Amino acid sequence: MEDIKPQLFKITFDGIEVEVEPGTTIMQAARRIAEADASQGHLVPPAMCYYKPLEGSGGKCRACLVRVAQGSAKDTRPMPKLVPSCITQVQDGMVVENVTNPAVLEERKAIVEFLLLNHPLDCPICDQAGECHLQDFAYEHGSSNQRYEEERRTFEKHDIGPYIQLHMTRCILCYRCVYTADQITEKRVHGVLGRGDAAEISTYIEKAIDNDFSGNVIDVCPVGALTDKTYRFKNRVWFSKPVDAHRDCDKCSGHVTLWYRGEEVIRVTARKNEWGEVQEFICNTCRFEKKKTSDWVIEGPTKVVRSSVVSANKYRADTVKKPDFALRLANSQYKPIDDSRPFITDDETIRQLSIENNKKANERSLAENSNN
Amino acid sequence: MARKILLEHAHIAGIETFDTYRKNGGYEALEKAIKTMTPEAVVEEAKKSGVRGRGGAGFPMGMKWGFLAKPEGVPRYLVCNADESEPGTFKDHYLMKTIPHLLIEGMIISSFALGANKSFIYVRGELMYVIQILEKAIAEAKAKGFLGKNILGSGYDLELVVHPGGGAYICGEETALLESLEGKRGNPRNKPPFPAVKGLYQSPTVVNNVESIANMVWIINNGGEAYASIGIGRSTGTKLISASGHIRKPGVYEIELGLSVDEFMNSDEYCGGIREGHHLKALVAGGSSVPIIPARLVYKTANGEDRLMSYESLSDGGFATGTMLGSGGFIVFDETACIVRNTWNFSRFYHHESCGQCSPCREGTGWMEKVLHRLEHGHGHMRDIDLLVDVAKKIEGNTICPLGDAAAWPVASAIRHFRDEFEWHVTHPAEATKPGAVYMGEAVLI
Repeated sequence: MEDIKPQLFKITFDGIEVEVEPGTTIMQAARRIAEADASQGHLVPPAMCYYKPLEGSGGKCRACLVRVAQGSAKDTRPMPKLVPSCITQVQDGMVVENVTNPAVLEERKAIVEFLLLNHPLDCPICDQAGECHLQDFAYEHGSSNQRYEEERRTFEKHDIGPYIQLHMTRCILCYRCVYTADQITEKRVHGVLGRGDAAEISTYIEKAIDNDFSGNVIDVCPVGALTDKTYRFKNRVWFSKPVDAHRDCDKCSGHVTLWYRGEEVIRVTARKNEWGEVQEFICNTCRFEKKKTSDWVIEGPTKVVRSSVVSANKYRADTVKKPDFALRLANSQYKPIDDSRPFITDDETIRQLSIENNKKANERSLAENSNN
Repeated sequence: MARKILLEHAHIAGIETFDTYRKNGGYEALEKAIKTMTPEAVVEEAKKSGVRGRGGAGFPMGMKWGFLAKPEGVPRYLVCNADESEPGTFKDHYLMKTIPHLLIEGMIISSFALGANKSFIYVRGELMYVIQILEKAIAEAKAKGFLGKNILGSGYDLELVVHPGGGAYICGEETALLESLEGKRGNPRNKPPFPAVKGLYQSPTVVNNVESIANMVWIINNGGEAYASIGIGRSTGTKLISASGHIRKPGVYEIELGLSVDEFMNSDEYCGGIREGHHLKALVAGGSSVPIIPARLVYKTANGEDRLMSYESLSDGGFATGTMLGSGGFIVFDETACIVRNTWNFSRFYHHESCGQCSPCREGTGWMEKVLHRLEHGHGHMRDIDLLVDVAKKIEGNTICPLGDAAAWPVASAIRHFRDEFEWHVTHPAEATKPGAVYMGEAVLI
């Protein structure tokens, strides 16, 4: 009997063709391209609120807005507005412009500005520095200018228990922690209060967050609003050494990352994938109470794939990318996509073509430099 | 006198009671629909009528009904959006308190057409006395067999629930309304899926404005084609306009679409003209969220044609020279109005009412309000004016729901048409901050 394969949708993302299953979002399609070729990782739209393991997340921060230049093969009209790539599903023949569209880059710059309006620029004293998604987002897509002259919003500090420090002033209202508590803990005692820029994450009458999986809200927070009280002010993240480890745990999978300073385990977190998303949520016992090497079976150094200062100067020197001026130049000279080209579907060919293209670009760049 | 469809019997004493309403032809449309028509035929009449949603967006109602998914074994809902809270708009409120049975009858007819056995009227919580009026009307209709089980012996059942909202402007946005109705925080949902596919309790749902639903009574009585013959072009039927501001006769008026703005503004039947001794300075034609237009574009379009009270004519030329009919909140400003102060006031409202879910709206509305506050209070810079235009542009079209647009349009349009007034506030801070001081530049007065 002949195998029945699901019909795949062909889409063009920034000029790169890819085939994906129906129901895939634009963001997931972009991630597929990056997974096939790591050098294209910068093409993946940034996500501040979207978090794949959390159902219903996404669509709020608007950091991942992209332009759909062609809705589908049947309806070739462009979509009138920019769309959030994290929740917009692909259609067959869809053409998406991400870094190849100046309007998208301009809006992304605006989103950085909006998010930083009320976010304190206290990176030097913030425990999230070095693994802050907003910091990365601002560096990659933002502007060095600041146009906001008004007083920033601040909040009273709330005590929400012994393990988690809530610093609401840094919150960007991504709702990830609310979804986490909703979906993986038995009783949610915190949520969003208030409205607009006065909205805040808070607990009901300063109640403590005390369930077994509450610590996961720390891992999903993209900024330094929810931090680990047992780790705060102990170390900068780039001075610590992450190591994969596991233990038998009756509450969770027990698969974690241990963060060492010298011989001492100073922090335990869930393991994250290359998109900074938790692979398996862990319990509070593993996170807060097991901080001796003898509690764990060590697997080896954590492979940090994502561009991060954690991996810089430690494992791979090339993981921190320089601003891609060539890409900006390409944006200004962008031409409409020639849709007559055949679709390339297999990952290996995409990877090979991408390597060749990058090689050619590098050679061109070197030649230009030597001429200058 | 112009033809009236909704307010035809509004002047009759006791029309809010079942008996008086019935004596004046009430519930005849329901009898006709339920006894002689199929649900599909009712939908067809709605389509033929060309009636457009009266909540502000102006989407054709029949077409919206046509999108309703009809999966087997899944309930369908009709939700009446009575959360009217846009500054300058108060027509639904008036309609519900004056002639509540018109809405109840419209709800029963529309629910029958859509196959809904449970429908909701989501009313703004502040309007508690309106809620009581509606609940009384529902009880009367139920007692007479026009609502509840086996309506008029047809076998069709309908339960009608009046639900008070918590008093948030954002709950007037259809998906936020549905969240609120489900008992959750009133945050708008990302679309798609649209409510017609997954709405209330994940079931197919139609959300319609009070006025849109009330129109169905006349449409069934007289036929969709008769309704379509009223009005002009694709703006069919009549429209309730809530007129306010510097006019002699503020109030709620029912007009035939296509009436000239000049006649509406200046005839004694309607607004009665600008208040004595003053000149028209600006107009907000469809509630505070639509772009403001200066006096020179109020009576004539940019092409020199008469400006009409219709969806097309008011929006003629896009936002460069036009505005929107919106929800019909007709706010008139004479030369004593300070455009900067007014824009700040509108901006303050949208900042306060933003739900805070998406970044451009949450942060941008507050930013605009603060800059406008500075400008109005004599602390602004020239660069702030362009900053406002830029921030408005970055918000517009990039938010989950249209509240971002509603916040951006008044600011962008005020600067587009009254930039010299904003500049005057920068260059004359001491004068601008005096009570009652307004910019009297020639360019903005007619």
